[in-house]
Amino acid sequence: MALNKPYADIPGTFVFDADMSRKGYWLNQFCMSLMNADNREHFKADETTYLDNWTMTSEQKQAVLARDYNGMLALGGNIYFLAKIFSSEGKSFVYAAARMTGLSEDAYKAMMDAGGRTPDGNRYTTGSNLDKEHR
Amino acid sequence: MAHISAGVATSHVPLLGRAVDTRDTQSEYFKPIFDGYEFSKKWVAEEKPDVVFLVYNDHATAFSLDLIPTFAIGTGEKFKPADEGFGPRPVPDVMGSPDLAWHIAQSVIQQDFDLTIVNEMDVDHGLTVPLSMLFGQVEAWPCQVIPFAVNVVQFPPPSGQRCYNIGKAIRRAVESFDADINVQIWGTGGMSHQLQGPRAGLINQAWDNQFMDDLITRPETAARIDHVEYLRETGSEGIEMVMWLVMRGALSEQVNVRHRHYHVPCSNTAIGHLILENSA
Repeated sequence: MALNKPYADIPGTFVFDADMSRKGYWLNQFCMSLMNADNREHFKADETTYLDNWTMTSEQKQAVLARDYNGMLALGGNIYFLAKIFSSEGKSFVYAAARMTGLSEDAYKAMMDAGGRTPDGNRYTTGSNLDKEHR
Repeated sequence: MAHISAGVATSHVPLLGRAVDTRDTQSEYFKPIFDGYEFSKKWVAEEKPDVVFLVYNDHATAFSLDLIPTFAIGTGEKFKPADEGFGPRPVPDVMGSPDLAWHIAQSVIQQDFDLTIVNEMDVDHGLTVPLSMLFGQVEAWPCQVIPFAVNVVQFPPPSGQRCYNIGKAIRRAVESFDADINVQIWGTGGMSHQLQGPRAGLINQAWDNQFMDDLITRPETAARIDHVEYLRETGSEGIEMVMWLVMRGALSEQVNVRHRHYHVPCSNTAIGHLILENSA
């Protein structure tokens, strides 16, 4: 029986549920390996070879190499694990979030300074007219 | 007997730790945030808690996908600040409170809440940032700390109701500990924020403030908020607010609000902070 997912209609959001956790297991465990300074050096020196030591899918490896964070999320990555990749490059959560929203870092910061992304129109993929207008 | 005198709620954004560590708390960006903690620093210095029971979440630091405890209590003597990918924060080791922690573990498990007992773990920004916000830059933390990690990374986290109820069990446990010590309980994380996906940057100020109102005066109402509402209304990481309910559950039905602070933004996040004392 499929899992009940009452959150499936939230737009632009990946919920790290059981299915995603199973799909992303090795992707996330690879990320965890970057907690170790030696591993970070090996990864930086030769990313492809380092990734080949993990039983990840080729799509997952490609998404890592391209730093395609939405792609990694869709393939089961969890943001706190993926953070090990951008943290090891000295990048912030704001940098990563901006990339995921398709905004420049400056535009994203300006949005946050102005109070963030409003929930209005961002609650449902389908639903009220208000939500549809803003989608 | 030991007693819980007060509860503190605070966000634990990693950027705040960086601001403290680099002495950047008075810049234009950070000043309005840190101004909201000035009262709190004086307050905690006067209150002098012996032990802080600190409810936080681990952010894929001590716990990977190898093992995902829903509720984990740190019973060790000492916990080191973790290397989260850019070296450990330059903050003191966290000294545990093993006697009280083991007592709470035994009591809470016997009240039907199945805790995971952790003797060895490093603690990440979820735990050390709240300490920095209240105690500032110090050579040693001025009290013992019992880390209490709640899973909010792997869906589903425990429900708000479960968190509220476990807070009540923690209070009973503390109050049956045979030593005259002053214990505070801190609930950390939140408020609204989403760190991932095209909807990242979501902030819901109206919801956050209603949540603080409810937490203060109608905690049973706040406890009934379901996971989907947190996700939809406050962003995927806003679900950390269930940890504030552990704190609230450990306090009396009636509380006095000593301090309240709210600010947007800090990094991707809405900052919320409360100090609640049990009504006499």
